[in-house]
Amino acid sequence: MTSLAEIEVRPRQRPWSVLERGLRTAGLSGRALVIFAPALWLTVFFLVPLAVVFGISLATKQFGRPPYSDLLTFAEDGTVQLTLHLSNFIRLFTDALYVNAYLNSIKISAIATVVALLIGYPMAYFIARMNDPWRNILLMLVILPFWTSFLLRVYALSGFMRGNGVINNFLGAFGLGPIVMMQTDFAVYVGIVYTYLPFMILPLYTNLVKLDEALLEASADLGAKPWRTFLSVTLPLSIPGIVAGSMLVFIPAIGEFVIPSLLGGPGTLMIGRVLWDEFFANTNWPRASAVAIAMLVVVVVPIMLMQKAQDAVVERDK
Amino acid sequence: MRTPLALALATLVAAVPAHAQDQVVNVYNWSDYIAEDTLGNFTAETGITVNYDVFDSNELVEAKLLAGNSGYDVVVPSGFFLERQIRAGLFQPLDKGKLPNLSNMDPTIMEETAAHDPGNEYAVDYMWGTTGLGYNVAAVTERLGEDADLESWDLLFDPETVAKLADCGVAMLDAPAEAYAAALNYLGLDPNSESEEDLARAEELLLSVRPHIRYFHSSQYIDDLGNGEICLAMGYSGDVFIAQAAAADAGQGVEIAYVIPKEGALKWFDMFAIPADAPNPENAHAFINFMLRPDIAAANTNYVFYASGNGAALELIDDEVKNDPAIYPTAEVAENLFTLKAHSPEYDELLTRSFTRVKTGQ
Repeated sequence: MTSLAEIEVRPRQRPWSVLERGLRTAGLSGRALVIFAPALWLTVFFLVPLAVVFGISLATKQFGRPPYSDLLTFAEDGTVQLTLHLSNFIRLFTDALYVNAYLNSIKISAIATVVALLIGYPMAYFIARMNDPWRNILLMLVILPFWTSFLLRVYALSGFMRGNGVINNFLGAFGLGPIVMMQTDFAVYVGIVYTYLPFMILPLYTNLVKLDEALLEASADLGAKPWRTFLSVTLPLSIPGIVAGSMLVFIPAIGEFVIPSLLGGPGTLMIGRVLWDEFFANTNWPRASAVAIAMLVVVVVPIMLMQKAQDAVVERDK
Repeated sequence: MRTPLALALATLVAAVPAHAQDQVVNVYNWSDYIAEDTLGNFTAETGITVNYDVFDSNELVEAKLLAGNSGYDVVVPSGFFLERQIRAGLFQPLDKGKLPNLSNMDPTIMEETAAHDPGNEYAVDYMWGTTGLGYNVAAVTERLGEDADLESWDLLFDPETVAKLADCGVAMLDAPAEAYAAALNYLGLDPNSESEEDLARAEELLLSVRPHIRYFHSSQYIDDLGNGEICLAMGYSGDVFIAQAAAADAGQGVEIAYVIPKEGALKWFDMFAIPADAPNPENAHAFINFMLRPDIAAANTNYVFYASGNGAALELIDDEVKNDPAIYPTAEVAENLFTLKAHSPEYDELLTRSFTRVKTGQ
């Protein structure tokens, strides 16, 4: 096997060549090592847990420790019996709760994503068009909230929206309100849009900042009004940014648990909450695992679509 | 995915005991359930550091115990959950030789808790209380009139009455066992019933008032009652008193009352128990024994306003606490209190599904 390291080896110049030679005698190339680390990481922290969750989803609930049945039972005579229960997955379809929770999660995420896009696009555009040092300062401001715990920021939002919170006190000064905002879907939208907005802005910014201004000038020279230029030049060119930003908002928002729990009402049905309830309130690990597996499938589809969209862009740009 | 992971990590960090050579005890107790200086005093006296973690629902404790390796040395579930947890082998028997302060316990309470823990072998009562109604006096009287009956479950379970309170905020415990027990009792049915027919009637009652309930949560109402965010909550006695004290301290003119409704209410016992896989059972016994000392038990009751299971502590408890019939009910009121037995896992499945229907409409 000829490894990359062997081809490019230039002894004397590279202080780590000793290390490389050592690894080579041990049968390891640099490339193998580089691939091995993330592969090991993914196996230990992603594939194995996923397999465990999938295994539990095929068990049944029982009151004991652990709270689910064994998949494998070993009889005295050495026979091994494998019992797989599909009931948890069947239940996901027969009990309307789960399907509705999935659909509602997708609806809430989709609406929040569109709102985040409408707010985030102008912000990203504005930042991209600024000159230094303002551009960096504004970018900094977008990232700054991450320095505070996500949980705290969401909780702090309730201080704005509660009955005697900032907004209602402000309205009260004009003799308006109070408006009930907490424990409503509205509060959940505010929470999601607020929390995930930076994930929309950053990819859009990276895209828009690369926009060649000569194209805009050309468009203007050809007589296009600014709005027309935006629709025919800027917007189509920024589609990869829009797709990336939207997916970064949409995908994590589907499984969101903290925001609907802290801000939403009991009727704000989201799959993350159903999952939590199955696990902690009902101690039904098999059902919770089935919900988690199904959630993964639901989220994988948009990820694949995004991948496809990106590949298409790469193809086109070639 | 980032968020649940962060939460899980935070919980892990809280639960993982420090290295074995340090003396630690990992305690998992209800929120707002201990005096401010108790843990400090314990560490000062014994040199054992307390890792203190809190919960607000029996279901959550059970989920962690069933998961195993919770890392906790002392947990405090309510009797009607503890009962089946003992049967599932989740606890180790108490070593009574290490608990000399057991002699301070009120024999009546010991007898009552023996219904959950036969022979008092696995657990000992910390405090007991009731699940009733907490309300904002001014807001409720304004909406229901001066002569409204404020000592009845009608406040919560009569659709017409609760509808008038919807605009000022109504909250309910996120605890299916207790919500349904109260509903069954209100309907004149056995709160311990496991019949599907009774369950359906209770569900119907809860659904009839559901449109007027703003949220289901088992601790949020403490803050919200206190600062006027809601005006009625089904809640735990002592938690409502905490809201009452907070409201009085804030001086915004919010007055909170707790009532054990005349139709009766659930009386529960929160009990110290040591998980079977507790890493430091020795220290767990030391902690429980410390908590059973009359002066410590009295200090806790004076601080959190729940009745103590400790008989010897009674004389050290403030008069305003021990003479408050909402904390130490009179014999007449006590007659209307009922206790819960542990539900069978099969019934629990129906119960939690029904409660989800009530909460989410699905």
